[in-house]
Order: sequence, then structure tokens, then C-alpha cells
Amino acid sequence: MIEFREVTKRFPDGTVAVDALSLDVEAGRITVFVGPSGCGKTTSLRMINRMVEPTAGTILVGGRDVMDGDPAQLRRGIGYVIQQAGLFPHRTVLDNVACVPLLLGWSRKRARARAGELMELVGLVPETAGRYPAQLPGGQQQRVGVARALAADPPVLLMDEPFSAVDPVVRQSLQDELLRLQSELDKTIVFVTHDIDEALKLGDRIAVFRVGGVLAQYDRPGVLLARPADDFVDGFVGRDRGYRGLGFLSADGLPLGELRTMTVGESVPERGWTLVVDADRRPLGWVDGGRNGASATAVRADGLVPGGSLYDTGADSLRGALDAALSSPSGLGVAVDGTGAVVGSVSADDVLTRLAAARADGAAA
Amino acid sequence: MTILSSVLAWFADPVHWSGPEGVPARVLEHVYYGALALLVGALLAVPVGLLVGHTGRGGFLVVGLANWLRSLPDLGLLILLVLLVGIGLVPVVAALVVLAVPPLLAGAYAGVRNTDRAVVDAARGMGMREHEVLLRVELPNALPLLFGGLRSAVLQVVATTSVAAYVGFGGLGRFLIDGFRAQADPIAKYTEMTAGVLLIAALALLLEAVLAGVQRAVVSPGLRAPGRGARSPADMVLRDDPPCPLTETKPETAGVNP
Repeated sequence: MIEFREVTKRFPDGTVAVDALSLDVEAGRITVFVGPSGCGKTTSLRMINRMVEPTAGTILVGGRDVMDGDPAQLRRGIGYVIQQAGLFPHRTVLDNVACVPLLLGWSRKRARARAGELMELVGLVPETAGRYPAQLPGGQQQRVGVARALAADPPVLLMDEPFSAVDPVVRQSLQDELLRLQSELDKTIVFVTHDIDEALKLGDRIAVFRVGGVLAQYDRPGVLLARPADDFVDGFVGRDRGYRGLGFLSADGLPLGELRTMTVGESVPERGWTLVVDADRRPLGWVDGGRNGASATAVRADGLVPGGSLYDTGADSLRGALDAALSSPSGLGVAVDGTGAVVGSVSADDVLTRLAAARADGAAA
Repeated sequence: MTILSSVLAWFADPVHWSGPEGVPARVLEHVYYGALALLVGALLAVPVGLLVGHTGRGGFLVVGLANWLRSLPDLGLLILLVLLVGIGLVPVVAALVVLAVPPLLAGAYAGVRNTDRAVVDAARGMGMREHEVLLRVELPNALPLLFGGLRSAVLQVVATTSVAAYVGFGGLGRFLIDGFRAQADPIAKYTEMTAGVLLIAALALLLEAVLAGVQRAVVSPGLRAPGRGARSPADMVLRDDPPCPLTETKPETAGVNP
């Protein structure tokens, strides 16, 4: 979809921002450019819509050289989201979103109707339509920025550190929102960030750049964590990469063990940990029969040991399964189905066995 | 008779309110010269200021030119122009144009330069051509500072248009010049001059009020600084997070404390 062929950008002062970059961006996927400042990730992104022109090499978007033809025409077909949102302060939210359709010559009525649809898509309430950007908090401004970029339904979306100026909680919800949008829209997204965790969360493929505009590694996130190409990538990916790498391994085939359960009001068993569940088999907490020495008394809802994280068998990776086992007071992770009902237990040993099998299969490669 | 009561009497005298030398005619002349000078000044200064601001090239020239023009003594310039081209509307208006250009030039230039660079980058990145970036984004965002320059230019031009009378033209300056020259009696002299000064000040204030109104109507509400100006509760800034539940009154705590 987007191809970089030996692309170099040298600025007039002689600094090389991007050095002979060659990579293919897959259509319909999120590709993340990540690296420290000065690594050329933003320059690479801006060369795609010709906001920066390459010194040498070729960039193809949908098979066409971006240097052929009119740059304004090219940009109208590529969504563009930047760090500070860059919303037009003198226009209402609705007219900000309607901008590109209007540039493309749509009627005002049709452009505004489309803008309204987009606002709904990105989760903006209709009351914000008539407001001005300065009246919105940062997170909402970024939603408007995303809606504006998507308004003319471009196949490609460029996002330059779009969430780095908002606080961590809002950032997380914007990231989740982007993944939800992408699951519906299947855009070709190029996303620039300096935050490796954001890259690992969002990217289908990740290009790690080093200072001087050199591509250090271009791989799927699981591979990046399992097999960093060199010390630079290893250092950049950071701590706990072994543990975080589990997040990219499917928990399919992970065996579930038996789990003793009971309900409130039943007698505490002689010994061992038992999970207390409600009428819908949703976990409430644990009771330890041996330690209390209070066997034969009835279980009370307020006397339970709190449980750890839950392993959702439908959605979670091996990381979720391992965390459930490690955070459980009994050492047995609680596995639940989509409705939250207990379906069994998972042990850390089983996760490690599954990891070894995955490695043997080459699934992590 | 004191100056104050004689000035009041001057304004009350119907003779001063009619004919080609009356107040209405003089106000119209004054506004005519001033408006002509502002129009010519704006046509020269605003496009140059916008273009220099947009391209970012030649900014030092704009600032230098504006400062140089500001340093010219206007009466001296008028006399020089009259000596060069003879008495006429052209030297009068030209001298006033020199006064109008610096604030308009500076306002247009600074207005464009002050537009958030991220906004301009986004505009270009979405596919606006250069003239669209300038006219649809930079110009609307430059309006508050451009209006500041315009208001400053209007005040200076209105005050200085009086010099037209010095070279035989009309306008409110006539009351100053004629009062000074023609009236022998000191009370009558200062009465007419004071009346002229008051009329010029009143005209300046009126135009300032009109321009403030026009600015409010023309500049986007989105460019007003938050917290300033009249705002309804519906204008309050939205928040990312829902309102804190702690701020809601809890019924069970009501009346518990003694």
C-alpha cells in the first residue's frame, strides 16, 4: 500500500533525518514508527503526504509516486492527525470535521451531514458540534482531530504522536477507541510515537528507528519482544520484554484445571482454597479452609480473601492467563467465559508449558 | 464668561450646526479624508503584511519600515508634500496614509505569524493550497490583531486629520486653525479651539465603539480567550471525565451533623 524505496532525507544544513529507508506498509493494518527523538520517524511519516519532500528515493502510495502530481490533491486523499490536534480555532467542531469534504467540493449540507456521522463514530456527543476547539479538553480535541482526518473516508491515515499530549488515562481510552475504529474501518494507518508501550499496543507491525534515520528492526510486536535485532532494539523495547511478549501469544490450547467452588452460606471446607461464587457462577473471593481453622462454619460474604485478575478464555493472551495465576492467593488463576462465569482454573506451570510449545512451533517467530 | 460656559454656548448656537462651515459638514469632511487615507493605507499595508506573515520572508523589512514610518513627523511631511506637488487632496491623504500604514502592517503581519503553527501545518496537511491556508485559516486567525492595528490606525488618523486645515482644507481641524487665527478675543479663540478638540475626541470615541462592535461581529467566537466576554453557562468547557460524584449532595449526610 505504502512503499518506501531507498528513501533519504537530507536537510539543507546537512543533517540526515532519514537514511536509505526501505519498507512496505501493509494495507489495512496499523504500522507504527517508533524510536527516540531525532530518529526520523516523523520525517518519514511526513514524506508520505509530501509535507516533507525526499532528497532521494521513491515513496509509492497505492502504486503511485507521491512526487507525481499536485501535493494538495494527494493530501486530500490521506487523513492527517497531529500531536496538538491542530484544530482550526475559528471554526466550530462540526466545520472542522467537514473541512476536507468541503475542500473536495461537497455541498455544505452534505459535508456537515457527513461530519455529524463522523462525530458519532469517534464518540463525540452531538452537543459538541457547535462548540469551538478551545472549549474542549485535550482528549476531546484529539477525537475531533481523528474525525476530521476520516471525514472524506481516505484509505490511508497518518497519525503523528496524536495521543502524547493527553494524560495517561485519556490516552489509554483514545488508544482503545482507535483499535475499535480500526476493527470497523480497516484503514492503512501509519502511527508515529516515541512510546514503545503505545507501539506494542497499537501496532500490527512496528518499525524501530535509531538516531540518524536508520531502520533498526521492522517486525510484528511479538517478534520484536522475543527476538530484538540488536542491543539498541533490546534496550529500547525495555524491561520485562519476556513477560510482555506473552501478550502476543494466543492462549488457545491452554488446559483448564478443575476448580473447587462454593456459594455463600455453605460450610467452609476442611482444608485448601475454595473459590466462592454467586448464583451466576461469577467469582466473589476465596476462602482458605486450612488456615482459618474455622471449618464447618458458614461462609460469609464479608470474610472472603480478594481474588486476583481474571483470565477471560475468549479474549486474553498467555499474559492474561499468567497474571491470573500469579495474582491469585491460591496460586490457581480463575478462568472465566465472556459472561464472567467461572469455567475452570489455570496454573503458571501450564502457561510456561504452553509458551515452550509455542516456541517449538515457531509461533513467536 | 468662563471657557466652559462659552463652549456650551458655542455648541448651543444653531449657527455652528448648519451651512458649509457648520459641525455636520466639518465632521463629514474629516471622516472623508480619514476614510480615504485608511482605505489607501489598508490596501497597501494589509496584503503586504499578510503575505510577509504567510511566507515568513521579509519580516525584518516590515518591522523596519513600520518603525521608520512611525518616526516621520506628520505635519512636516505634509508641508514637504505640499511644497513638492502643490496644495491638493493628494498630499493631505498621503500624509495620513503614512500614519495609517504602520499599525495596519504590523497588525496583519503579527496576526498571521501568531497563528498556531500546528494549525497551519494541519491545514496544509489536509490539502489546502497556499492561498486557502492564507485566506481560510491564517486571515481569520489574524483578525483580532489586525483589528487592533486598525483601531490604532483609526485613532491616529482621526486625531491627525486636523492638519488638513493647515493647508487650507476642511475637516474638524478648521475649528482649531480658524479659532487660533481669526478670533482676536482670547475667550472666543479658545472657545472655538476647545469645541474643535471636543468634536475630534468625540468622533474618535464613536469610531472606536463602532469598530469594537464590528470586531465582535466579524471575529470568530472561537478566538475569544476563554473566560473573557459574556458567556452563557452552556459555554462552559466540557471535561474529559464525568462530573465528580463527590460534588453531588448525599441525602444520607443531610441533617446528620448537629
